[in-house]
Amino acid sequence: MDNLLVAKNVSKSFGDFKALNDVSIEVPKGSIFGLLGPNGAGKTTLIRIINQITAPDTGSVYLDGEPLKPHHIQNIGYLPEERGLYKSMKVGEQLLYLAQLKGLSRPEAKKRLAIWFERLEIGDWWNKKIQELSKGMAQKIQFVVTVLHEPKLLIFDEPFSGFDPINANLIKDEILKLRDDGATVIFSTHRMESVEEMCDHIALIHQSNKILDGPLIDIKRQYKSNRFEVGFVTDQKETAAAALAEKFAITPANFRTINEELKFKVQLPSDASPNDLLSYLTNLGQVTHFVEMIPSASEIFIETVKNN
Amino acid sequence: MNHLSLIIKREYLTKVKNKSFIIMTFLSPLIMVGLISLVAYLSQLNNDTVRTISVLDESGLFLDQFEDNDNLKFQVLTDVSLDDAKLTAENGEVYGLLFIPKTNKIDDLSKSITFYSEDSPSLTVMSGIERRLESKANSLKLKEEGLDSELIRNLRLDIDTQLESFKGEETSKMGSVLKLIFGGLAGYLLFMFIIIYGNMIMRSVIEEKTSRIIEVIISSVKPMKLLLGKIIGTSLAGVSQFLVWVILLSVLSSVVFLIFGIDPAAMQAEQMNNAVEATGGNMDGMVTEVMAEFSKLPILNLIIMFLFFFIGGYLLYASLYAAIGAAVDSETDTQQFMLPILLPLILAVYVGFFTVIEDPHGTVSQVFSFIPFTSPVVMLMRIPFGVPIWQQILSVVILFATFMGTVWFASKIYRVGILMYGKKPTYKELIKWLKY
Repeated sequence: MDNLLVAKNVSKSFGDFKALNDVSIEVPKGSIFGLLGPNGAGKTTLIRIINQITAPDTGSVYLDGEPLKPHHIQNIGYLPEERGLYKSMKVGEQLLYLAQLKGLSRPEAKKRLAIWFERLEIGDWWNKKIQELSKGMAQKIQFVVTVLHEPKLLIFDEPFSGFDPINANLIKDEILKLRDDGATVIFSTHRMESVEEMCDHIALIHQSNKILDGPLIDIKRQYKSNRFEVGFVTDQKETAAAALAEKFAITPANFRTINEELKFKVQLPSDASPNDLLSYLTNLGQVTHFVEMIPSASEIFIETVKNN
Repeated sequence: MNHLSLIIKREYLTKVKNKSFIIMTFLSPLIMVGLISLVAYLSQLNNDTVRTISVLDESGLFLDQFEDNDNLKFQVLTDVSLDDAKLTAENGEVYGLLFIPKTNKIDDLSKSITFYSEDSPSLTVMSGIERRLESKANSLKLKEEGLDSELIRNLRLDIDTQLESFKGEETSKMGSVLKLIFGGLAGYLLFMFIIIYGNMIMRSVIEEKTSRIIEVIISSVKPMKLLLGKIIGTSLAGVSQFLVWVILLSVLSSVVFLIFGIDPAAMQAEQMNNAVEATGGNMDGMVTEVMAEFSKLPILNLIIMFLFFFIGGYLLYASLYAAIGAAVDSETDTQQFMLPILLPLILAVYVGFFTVIEDPHGTVSQVFSFIPFTSPVVMLMRIPFGVPIWQQILSVVILFATFMGTVWFASKIYRVGILMYGKKPTYKELIKWLKY
């Protein structure tokens, strides 16, 4: 697969503290890559290395096949977790300044800003100072700063913090749109539902080590445990339950239905197929519910972190 | 446009557009001129009061000394007793009563003259009166001893050494003073600039940290460029403000002087006259001497080197402030660093005034004129005494190299400071930081 960003065996220490230990990641072109991990795991350090704010002690980073060089900053857009803009500068001037620092010409920056201001419905903010804006409003400006120079690689550290649900949705749609337009997105967050919704790939970093990575679907396959949620309607509830328990490991389940079903979580042995369970169930009653339990990103996250 | 000029432009414009900056730019000269004219007005007021003093001279020796002048009027009393005189003086509208007792020996007078007054008399008035009495008493004393005071004055001989270098250039002590003034002025100007604008540079370096934009900026530009841009941009804003001050001050003060009818030139001339009188020289002679000495100075060399050393010295100290800004997180942490920064500059001025004048080409003067923290003052003081051009150039090069070195060092601190989460760095780490 074609990777936009590759980090190979990156390590970084601060004094005695090892922030990253031999971490390698590969970010495929055009994907949304979730960089996950508990607080203090080393995500931000890795992001800073990619942004060349700091250098790795060992290991190397490649962007589009080339070793990372200072001129590559023009190809990267970075939204740090710690948000901030020049407070006493006017919105328009500030955006023009930051865009020019990223290598855009002034007229080009102006042209693109006009488009973005319309897209995010912030047209009348041009002459306002940042300190006059609310936190959410300033966040929108910061988002524009990150994407304005149309970088190949976008890095968002907790992009939705500080946004109300409406604006968070707006930003989410913009990120997806940018991906569709060809950008690659690295996305560090704790909000698992947005990982579930948006990420194609994830990497999980825990205590400075990468402990899991790959396409989200593959990981889910890897983590599924052959458990099924079943529900069926029968008159002889007790016999049916006993019969099922005899054949499979079951626990009571709770989910919403409209009938008076018996509900169970069933653990299939590894040599059994779902069809075995289904055909067995059809003998016991009317099957109304049969779902494979797929682990959520959040469950995978918690489980992996706990096991390490 | 490249990054550096972008940053300089932004720093300059933000500073110049800042409201408090604008207010200070226009208010400071107003306040200064206001204060100066107030002081001038008050001292004039003081000078205008005329004081009347009653004099009771029982000895009769000093009667010819009491001539009225602008500030003092004398009222000589005769044929009254001391008690009566005191009573009249107390009830009358006089400032005080001067009593000189009857005496046969002049020596007795030194302690027996009394001045009676309501409140403690002003020092100026007293010294004025004492001067009158002393000169008369001295000549009386000389006469008593049978000496001719006129003769003694004529016998006194002043020695004024003529200085001449082996090459035949005549110099004079006046020249040394002039050279001193030149170096001192440069040092003073540098001092003032650093005190006024050093803080501003530091604050501007901290700005990115307090507004938390630092990561965005650092992922766009190199810290070295950022700091350099900040130092230059802020300095340019400072120079602009300074120019406005100079222009406003000169315009305002000439307006004020016109209105109040004070003629600064006349005031100066008067002071000069006093000074000349005190030294016993003559005014015209001194002016020509100053002009002559002035024309002997290597003017072109001085002006060019002044520019280099002033800019270099200012930038060097500015970069020290920037380094402090780079190392701390907030302005409150910076107070303790202020004085140590200024110490080398104070040292430079001392070395300049005491050592360079003693021995302009001695070891101490030479060494200090190459150390970048002191060279802007010391070298400028040495140049009028004649310094080989290679030494001057070498010193300037060292100065600018140190400036760039300090900025480089500051940018290292700056970059690493972001990544340190409130942890105190060890020396080993400090050295490691410098590597990237």
